[in-house]
Amino acid sequence: MKLESMYQEIILDHYRRPHHKGLREPFDAEVHHVNPTCGDEVTLRVRLADGCSENPTVQDVSYDSLGCSISMASVSVMTDLVVGKSLDEATRAYDAFLTLMRTKGDSASVMDEVEDVLEDAVAFEGVSKYPARIKCALLGWMAWKDATARAVTTKEMA
Amino acid sequence: MSSPLDVERVRKDFPVLERVVHDDKPLVYLDSAATSQKPRQVLDAIDDYYCLHNSNVHRGIHTLAEEATALYEGARDKVAGFINAADRSEVVFTKNSTEALNLAANVIAWAESPLGLRDGDEVVITEMEHHSNIVPWQMVTRRTGATLSWFGITDDGRLDLSDIDRVITERTKVVSFVLVSNILGTVNPAEQIVRRAREVGALVVVDASQAAPHLPLDVQALGADLVAFTGHKMCGPTGIGVLWGRRDLLEELPPFMGGGEMIEMVTMGSSTYADLPHKFEAGTPPIAQAVGLGAAVDYLSALGMDKVAEHEHMITAYALDRLQAVDGLRVIGPRTAQDRGAAISFVLGDLHPHDVGQVLDELGIAVRVGHHCARPVCQRFGVPATTRASFYLYSTTAEVDALVDGLEHVKRFFGAPGGRP
Repeated sequence: MKLESMYQEIILDHYRRPHHKGLREPFDAEVHHVNPTCGDEVTLRVRLADGCSENPTVQDVSYDSLGCSISMASVSVMTDLVVGKSLDEATRAYDAFLTLMRTKGDSASVMDEVEDVLEDAVAFEGVSKYPARIKCALLGWMAWKDATARAVTTKEMA
Repeated sequence: MSSPLDVERVRKDFPVLERVVHDDKPLVYLDSAATSQKPRQVLDAIDDYYCLHNSNVHRGIHTLAEEATALYEGARDKVAGFINAADRSEVVFTKNSTEALNLAANVIAWAESPLGLRDGDEVVITEMEHHSNIVPWQMVTRRTGATLSWFGITDDGRLDLSDIDRVITERTKVVSFVLVSNILGTVNPAEQIVRRAREVGALVVVDASQAAPHLPLDVQALGADLVAFTGHKMCGPTGIGVLWGRRDLLEELPPFMGGGEMIEMVTMGSSTYADLPHKFEAGTPPIAQAVGLGAAVDYLSALGMDKVAEHEHMITAYALDRLQAVDGLRVIGPRTAQDRGAAISFVLGDLHPHDVGQVLDELGIAVRVGHHCARPVCQRFGVPATTRASFYLYSTTAEVDALVDGLEHVKRFFGAPGGRP
């Protein structure tokens, strides 16, 4: 059945037991993003490492989310890919995930390029076949991108 | 239970109902509250219009222009008859209900005293409204300094009118409410609200988007001043809606949009406006869409709106019984079919409606998931979204059964006996 290509076991596992969930201190920026089509919501905090590096480590991403299995699993998988990584590495994962979501189901064409970067997140390839659900999968990533941009600005101002 | 409609024959009029989806699953279309399917009679009328009569309306003197004008104005006559308007000029064609409600809100706000909205005036709506009957009023009250207040909802999904005399006050200029809720299915007690609005001299605006397709609608008996509805939910095409208004009120209200068609005389300094209903129909109207709506109204009238309503009542009662027997399912809205339309919202355990809808779709069952453009209702009931099954004149009890079987499958799919993953 085609549906299982979207609801892969890895996704359902993250949905049932999300990683890094809960809002934590300290943080540099907090954002609240919603997916108005289905009412998915995420409040997400980013903490970047102190110092004046142009490529700081993403020290923590914490969040509280409400929504469908795809959005909840996606934010969980995302935290695994960005926490503890440098900002450049995390941004590469973000770019790769966007690339995967824009394939309209033809993930084979980009798999070589994104596979190593995305690890568990390649499980979301099936979502790209369902236009209505891509926003669900992207919610957490968009929130992270937004919060990180704000965190960088905050650090620069400090 | 027996239906007053020959549903199998009705279904043959709707080509899309013969479709299969996902390779081999017969379509079970339970999303008519979002938009209805269209019968062959409506599709043919639109096709005929474009193939034989296409022209711009009103100004031309050639044959096609006269035919197109006759068809467009003929559709207005049909709609006027369908809602028992006192006069055909009371029927204003719009793009949809949203435009009709925006038109109503804006021209009321702009009107000269004593009609217009001023600082200190009040507009009353309800927590049950579609966003299209909330946001326009938020916009005009903010602009004019008027205040917006609303009726809440009871736990049973009914309007809480217990303090009606304190919500609708001497300062209330407009009361605008939905006749049938698109998310809860509730049929609201219009008579009680209209009576109180009349006591204080307020205008009454009614959003009949979910009423006109499903129940006999008599605008004179309703007693409102302005009534909005849309064509695509009542077997017509998209792009055509209706604002009905009392003639004497429409004459007093200023135009909404300016342009061609809505004028009498234009000079570079100023203009005078056309008579009703053209004063409110600036620009080339949705002609083919109006023709399609006229055909839809004919189709519904031939079946009989009382029979359509009776059929849907039967389906709704059956669906409420069967759905509420599903373990873990909670209906959001009235739990009996009394004073209730055919849209049924529910939540299934802890499963998100998007997941429920996705798995149902795989089985060929089309339901709507989300907040249904009525987010305050979801907030009121403490849910982020609902799954909504909505029925129409072509819905069958077998489709209800398919939905119930589908929901059991959804629970198994997510490995949740009670719905909890």
